[in-house]
Amino acid sequence: MSTNTGTAPPAETALSRRGFFMKLGILFNGFAAIVLALPVARFLFSSITRGRGNGYLSWVPLGNVSNFPEGETRMATFRSPLVMPTDGKTVDTACWVRRIAGDQFQVFAINCAHLGCPVRWFQQSGLFMCPCHGGAYYRDGARASGPPERGLFEYPYQIENGVLTIDAGQLPTPGDPVARLTSEKPPCA
Amino acid sequence: MRLITRVGEWFDHRLQLAAPIREAAGHPVPRNTASWFYVFGSAALTVFLLQLVTGILLALIYVPSAGEAWSSLQALNHQVALGWFIRAMHGWGSNFMVAIVLIHMVQVFLFGAHKYPRELTWVVGVFLLLMTLGMAFSGQVLRFDQDAYWGLGIGASIASRVPIIGPFAVKLMLGGPIIAGATLSRFFALHVFVIPGLLIGFVCLHVLMVLKLGINEWPMPGRIVRRATYEAEYHALTKKDGAPFVPYAIWKDMFFAAFIILAIAACAFYFGPFGPSGQPDPTIIQTAPKPDYFFLWLYALLSLLPPALETPFLLICPPLVILGLILLPFLSGEGEKSWKRRPIAVITVLMIAITLGTFTRMAQFTPWSPHMNAWSGDPVPERYIHGTTALARQGALVFQVKQCRNCHSLGNTGGQRGPTLDSVAVRLTQDQLIRQVIQGGGNMPAYGNNLSPAETTALVAFLETLHPASQGPARDAALDLVLSNGQVKTSGTQP
Repeated sequence: MSTNTGTAPPAETALSRRGFFMKLGILFNGFAAIVLALPVARFLFSSITRGRGNGYLSWVPLGNVSNFPEGETRMATFRSPLVMPTDGKTVDTACWVRRIAGDQFQVFAINCAHLGCPVRWFQQSGLFMCPCHGGAYYRDGARASGPPERGLFEYPYQIENGVLTIDAGQLPTPGDPVARLTSEKPPCA
Repeated sequence: MRLITRVGEWFDHRLQLAAPIREAAGHPVPRNTASWFYVFGSAALTVFLLQLVTGILLALIYVPSAGEAWSSLQALNHQVALGWFIRAMHGWGSNFMVAIVLIHMVQVFLFGAHKYPRELTWVVGVFLLLMTLGMAFSGQVLRFDQDAYWGLGIGASIASRVPIIGPFAVKLMLGGPIIAGATLSRFFALHVFVIPGLLIGFVCLHVLMVLKLGINEWPMPGRIVRRATYEAEYHALTKKDGAPFVPYAIWKDMFFAAFIILAIAACAFYFGPFGPSGQPDPTIIQTAPKPDYFFLWLYALLSLLPPALETPFLLICPPLVILGLILLPFLSGEGEKSWKRRPIAVITVLMIAITLGTFTRMAQFTPWSPHMNAWSGDPVPERYIHGTTALARQGALVFQVKQCRNCHSLGNTGGQRGPTLDSVAVRLTQDQLIRQVIQGGGNMPAYGNNLSPAETTALVAFLETLHPASQGPARDAALDLVLSNGQVKTSGTQP
């Protein structure tokens, strides 16, 4: 015992064999952690990376153009392009279709531009109203009153063989409107 | 009896837990802390344990799938024996938990228990509060109904406003581009694994620190906390005027814990479970989503803040409040403990309580929202059109058809979004009425594009009749003067 303590170098001054292996062990575990962390991070953030560059969006049909009478605003529903087996009814989405005239349309997201609650169309008042915090929009989607800072979100649309289709698939939110912004119009233009 | 002792000794020889447990149970506490004011911490722990048990019981039936969660809740409510009661216990337990944690926090703050050397106990407590609120929100999501669905939309809309990372945060939170199956699954993982795991760890730390540092003594006005002397003073106090925690103080904790459990059971039994409300089908839009009780104040605040202030408020205030709570024991770690000598502390608590209470109460009425179905098309009461002109009656019809009462009340019926119109003619002149109807303003949409000139004329003619019998309608004094001057002038020049 006593001879051993005399010959072994003090731990503070020189690297002992065991100290070296312990450090190597830490390094080896760090390497293992990195090897494991990469696939874990890839899995965890897959919902972001998969949709990079609006990769979630695609053209979905809303129905025949003839379903939407001119000068009226009607609700239409579509199925989200990305469907997982456990989604249930959540992939069915509603939107408001306004046929101005002929092939001129406006397709509004159902989500209020304030905090995403479902807005309702009131034909008589000519307004979209939100039940949550009292946002209101004119028939062209422009902000009328209440907390929203902008007009309703609008989907890009096109007409293919008489079928109205929109570019949809992602929940529009104030920070990520996805579809193009509706321009603010003076209410009394 | 001897056998039990021997088995106990056999286990303790291997576990060696009896001595530390005996020490913890018998540690001396200042006599006057054996008070009914000191029972809220143990009550919070009791409710947490109750939530663990009822949560595990619910998980035996509940299915965390967007397609089936709602039906599994229906099965719990209606098919499984006493499933409704376990759901109600868990729901009411959640409400009690938030309430007790808040009361505990207020008591600790007013008794100065956050001061030296218990700063870290307070900080851990702040995280426990945040996790409790996280459990309350994620629990509301697991009740996958219409409120949960649109509540997630609100959460996503708030998250999206964070600069730069907002859109990514939304996709991370929802687990995809929309609120769907993956969203529910990740909130299930949060509610059942992640947050409870953290909670168990933090609760252990919290209780360990209470045992190691000793329970806060009853604050005496004038007994000042100083870093240099506090611990010696505390030990002297427990020696001179201390008593073992068990049984001297614990019996009150035990009584209150049992009382709380019975109170939760009574609420669960009489009021039943919460929801679920309508199915989480986004194509059913006839819904007015509202958060659970403890987030109602936020719901009111989001309606009442000026639009331009909202995003800065949402992004800046929560981190500031959390930072303030964490820094509190470091900023006021010494000095007076007694609430009798800390008027600002008392006023702050009262102000926060009154503010939150007021917002919560307002959110129950939602005076800012148009009443979507209630008054649309309700006829104008007869007394308002009695003895009026044909034009004003036509205006009353416009008033009814254009659903003005969605936002304005007449005869105490209608929305509260806009001002009540019973005496609007006293406030606004004819010109002002026309301008307000056509251009809107002051939170009212403009109806210029939606009313023909004839309809506007009729509507304003009706609005002008809305004044008390004893009080005439408002008139533009300047206009009167100009008109009367003109008359004088013409009458003067005529002869």
